[in-house]
Parts: sequence; structure tokens; C-alpha cells
Amino acid sequence: MSGTTTLAPADSPAAAPIAPRIPDDASQHVPFRAMLRHVGAVTRRYLILIKNDPEQLMDVVLMPVIFLVLFVYVFGGAISGSTHQYMQFVVPGILVQTAIMAGSTTGVGINTDLTNGVMDRFRSLPMARSAVLTGRLVSDMCRLLLCAAITLGLATALGFRFHTNVGAGLLAVALVMGFSFALGWLFMIVGIKGKNPQSVQGLSILITMPLQFGSSMFAPTNSMPGWLQAFVKVNPMTHIVNACRALTTGGAYAHDVWISLAWIVGIIVVAAPIAVRMYRKKI
Amino acid sequence: MTTTTTTRTGPRDDVPAPPGGGTDADTSIVVTDLVKTFGDNRALDGISLTAPRGRVLGVLGPNGAGKTTLVRILATLLRPDGGTAVVDGHDVVGRPQLVRRTIGLTGQYASVDEKLSGRENLYMIGRLLDLPKKDARARADQLLERFNLTDAAGRRAGQYSGGMRRRLDLAASLVGRPRVLYLDEPTTGLDPRARNAVWDEVRELARSGATIVLTTQYMEEAEALAENLVVIDHGKIIARGTPDELKELIGARVQTFRPARPQDAEAVAAALRTAGLAEVRIDDATGAVSAIPADDAQLTAALAAVAGTGVPLASVTELRPSLDEVFLTLTGKGADR
Ligand SMILES: Nc1ncnc2c1ncn2[C@@H]1O[C@H](COP(=O)(O)OP(=O)(O)O)[C@@H](O)[C@H]1O
Ligand SMILES: [Mg+2]
Repeated sequence: MSGTTTLAPADSPAAAPIAPRIPDDASQHVPFRAMLRHVGAVTRRYLILIKNDPEQLMDVVLMPVIFLVLFVYVFGGAISGSTHQYMQFVVPGILVQTAIMAGSTTGVGINTDLTNGVMDRFRSLPMARSAVLTGRLVSDMCRLLLCAAITLGLATALGFRFHTNVGAGLLAVALVMGFSFALGWLFMIVGIKGKNPQSVQGLSILITMPLQFGSSMFAPTNSMPGWLQAFVKVNPMTHIVNACRALTTGGAYAHDVWISLAWIVGIIVVAAPIAVRMYRKKI
Repeated sequence: MTTTTTTRTGPRDDVPAPPGGGTDADTSIVVTDLVKTFGDNRALDGISLTAPRGRVLGVLGPNGAGKTTLVRILATLLRPDGGTAVVDGHDVVGRPQLVRRTIGLTGQYASVDEKLSGRENLYMIGRLLDLPKKDARARADQLLERFNLTDAAGRRAGQYSGGMRRRLDLAASLVGRPRVLYLDEPTTGLDPRARNAVWDEVRELARSGATIVLTTQYMEEAEALAENLVVIDHGKIIARGTPDELKELIGARVQTFRPARPQDAEAVAAALRTAGLAEVRIDDATGAVSAIPADDAQLTAALAAVAGTGVPLASVTELRPSLDEVFLTLTGKGADR
């Protein structure tokens, strides 16, 4: 259709185009500032949805709290000798787990969203296509920030102590957020592709469970069998958790931080364009 | 209407629809040989039409005719499998973003966010259309006022009645002051009062100079709102013209002669046959005799013939076909027209 560039015969009704000729590319391009505005508008929509229906926050907020209490008091003594010591070990892990769960919420959420009539509205507006997905992600990041704050607050009340400085602590949180943002794009693909929210949820659990437990998230890895240790080594979760652990409770972190950053950037660069393209084609 | 006769163009290759052209001062939409298939189902099977600028084009068709598919292609929500569609000078496939700048869409199914309030819905759309915050807020309030939604502005759209939701949907499609507006079955499922409110609004919009494409299953609605009509069925256009032209299509001006005494029906029928009228029929229930005169002279002859029998007539009435009958006739014959 875009190939019909032949000019109209003089006597045809199409002989006098009134619109200026603009290259096709220009018509598709949404200026960066406009895109930010669109992301802002979509993010605002999601935040209002949360405000109107705070119950949907409960599960994401309560989950890490429950995990924290369970892990510390059920496994803590057995794994680390004392619950206090295990607390120091597991809190960074729980933080990363929160990030993973937030990421999978994004996938399930977008799957539900796609059936919402407002998607047709979005698609008939001259807005940046990616803004719908990015807005969703940004709002999920806000939710994650709240979760992380609650988790850290509770952990501190139960005896968790920072042994580093504020800057390192903030870097740990930023790393967790960045990782969740990257995972969000990945889960977005699952969410767009998935038949219904349930199947997306199921698949997300299937993907994340081995990645969570096959890492240094909840237990030291030195007692694991060799094949599992090999998996743990390449598992990005291990590096994120190790980085967060070192950034909050002390130790060398540079190596793990760089590897984590590489994973984050890598996942975004690969997954984001795929997700946006799939969203464009959807419906 | 000349505008409805200029649409049949040749095969796709010599269709004059260069990007940036295809429409002119008088036409705002040019659709040429549009095809859309879903599997084996040809939802649109070569649709060609033009929409005159600043007028209401009615797209009439039964359920499943392809109306929504057509609107969705014109609104850049669906890609056609063949043919072209140019809206306000922009090809819907080649330059969707420019098309989106000129159109407003009220889809068949609500496309507002049910979990947001009416005001938030409109504000969000204003922002997505790049209005500054203040203007987006002002525009939202203005539209809420115009559509009588100010009192419900803070409530979630999900709690609105069907009519209110439609009005919000309509308001949502007007935030960007579109030059071309698509209304896909805007009154389906509404009670008569809500329907009338939407009708008034459509008339108002038409007066303001917007081009409106309105789909409907109701002939009454098409007749009330649209200056030009296309009738589609099974993805094909089976008739087009003004409502009056469509009525003339099945042509017949049926005359009904009702004798004062039903038992005289046979005598009247015989007289009409003698005068040469076609399709002389007796309605056994009422004793009325209907027939179709070829022209005015024959009608005069028929009256003379009936007068000759001396049978007293209670009434003679002319029955113009309703658009419903036109529609049923057309879709009944469907393919062979
Ligand atoms: N997304 C779709 N997938 C498959 N078939 C579809 C889809 N949309 C519409 N159709 C089919 O295309 C035909 C036209 O549908 P539609 O345009 O919705 O008709 P209308 O709006 O006139 O009722 C119907 O046979 C319908 O079943
Ligand atoms: Mg429809």
C-alpha cells in the first residue's frame, strides 16, 4: 500500500493533494519529549488504578514480608546457625526476590490490560506505542519501591543491620530496581504472548522458581552439588544477590555489580524492542 | 449525489492514491478495493467508497457485514490485506500517525477505562494528545459539561449507565477536535432517550463541519442522520446513494385501493388488471388491493377503470417503501445485485 506512489492522473479526484508531503518516517516518529509525556500519562493512569484499589497492593507487599519471616524463623537456624545471622544473609536475597515478583506482575498485568477497551483508544491516538508498556513498567517500579521500603523497614525492626554506607545501600536498591525493570520487559513478552492471565502467571512461576532457588538467594551455595553450582554461577540472580549482599552487609562488590549491570542492559536491549514490536502487532 | 458515484475505480494498481494525496477539498476519505480476511472469512471483500467532507456517511449493514472491520481499518487499528484507504490525505497503512492526528473513534465496544473516572479518562487522552496539563484539564471539563457528565465526572466510568458511558466515549473521541469522526453503532443497546441524546450530538457535530462515518444496523438511524449511505453485506457494498435514492432503487410506488366493502375487492382487482397495472394483489384480511402503476398515466387510467365499475372506494394510498424494506430487499437478494 505504501508502494502506490504514482501520481494521480490530472482528472482524478486525487489530483490535488492538500496535505504537505512528509516522508513516511517522519510521520511515525514521536519526539522524545512527547514520548516522556505519554509515558507520564500512562504511568499516572496505573498509579490512579492502584490508588483506587489499594487491595491489589496487598499481595505484592505482603509476599516479601511473609517470605522474610518464614525463611528467617524456619530455615535461619538450620542454615546459618542462628536466625540473626541468617537475617543478615537473606534480606538482600528477599529484596531481589521482590524484584523478580514485581517483574512477573508486569507480565500478568499487561495480559489483563490488553483485553481492556482502552487499548483500542491508545492505538487510535498518535502516541508513542512503547509508552503503554513503559508506563506500566514505571508504575510497577513505584510499587516495587514501596515493597522494598517495607521489607527493609521490617527487616531492620527484626534485627537486620546495614554495615555499609548510605551510598552503597542506595546503589543496592537501584540495582534491584534496574533488574526488575529489565525483567519486566522479559515478562512483558510472556504477558503479550500468553493466552490468559492464569497461563502467564503459571509460566512466570515456572521460569522464576529455578532461577530464584538455583542461586545464592536463600542459602550458601557451597553445599550444592557440582552441576547445580555450575548453574548458580551463570545465573544472573546470583550476581545481583551477591552484589546487593556486599553493598548492604559489606564485602567486595565491584565484580558482581558490573556483571549485574551487564545483564540488566543486555536484557533490556534484547527484550524491550521485541516486546514493543509484539505489542504493536497484537490485536 | 455525485459524490457517491465517483467511487468505483479500477484495480488496485492504477488506483490514484499517492501518500499525501487521494483526498481533496470535497472528500475526506477515499477507500479503494479494501480487502480484509480472517482465515477463510472475507470480512471485507473489495469495498470502495468516498466520504464527502463535512457530511455524515452512513454505513448500513446487518450483524457481521463488516462494518466494524471497515472502521477499524480506517482508524489504523487493523491492517488491510488489500486495497487502500486514505483519510484526510494520509494513507492509513503508510502514515498511521498522521491519520491518528485527524481522527476520533467511538468504537462499537466501549474504549474508555472503566476503572478511571470520567474526568481522568478525558484528561489522560488530552495528555496523550500532547495538550499542556492546563489545557487538558480545561478540555476535559468542557467536554464533561457538554455531555452532561459534570456531576458524574469524579465517579469511575465502570459505574456509569450505558448511555453515560456512550457519551463519555463520544467525549473521549472529541478531545483532539478530530476532523474525521468514526462512530461504530453508537446507539446500539441504548434506550430511546439516550439514543436521542446521541443523535442530537451527531447532528451538532455534523453542523460543526466534521466528517462523520456512522455505522448502524438501524435504517431509521441512517435515515435520520446520514446524507449518504452505503449498504454493505458480506463485506461487499450492495447499494449506495441518498436515503431517497435507495428507496427508488427498489423503485416501486405501491398504490393501495381499499374498497368500502371488502367483497368488492375482486372487482377492483379486475379493473386494475385491465388498466395494465403490475403485481395486483388482494389482501384477504382487509380487502385492500395493491398494485404498481408503471407511470402517472397508468395510475390515472386505473382510477378511471375502478370508477367505471361503480364500486365505492374508501381510500387510495401510496406506499413508499421504508428503508427497512429496501434493506431487506437488498440483503435478501444480496449477491446478485
Ligand atoms: N478479529 C477477528 N477474527 C476473526 N474474525 C473476525 C474478527 N473480526 C471480525 N471478524 C469476522 O468478520 C466479519 C465482519 O465482522 P464485523 O466487521 O465485526 O461486522 P459488523 O461490525 O458489521 O457486525 C464477521 O464474519 C466476523 O465474524
Ligand atoms: Mg460491528
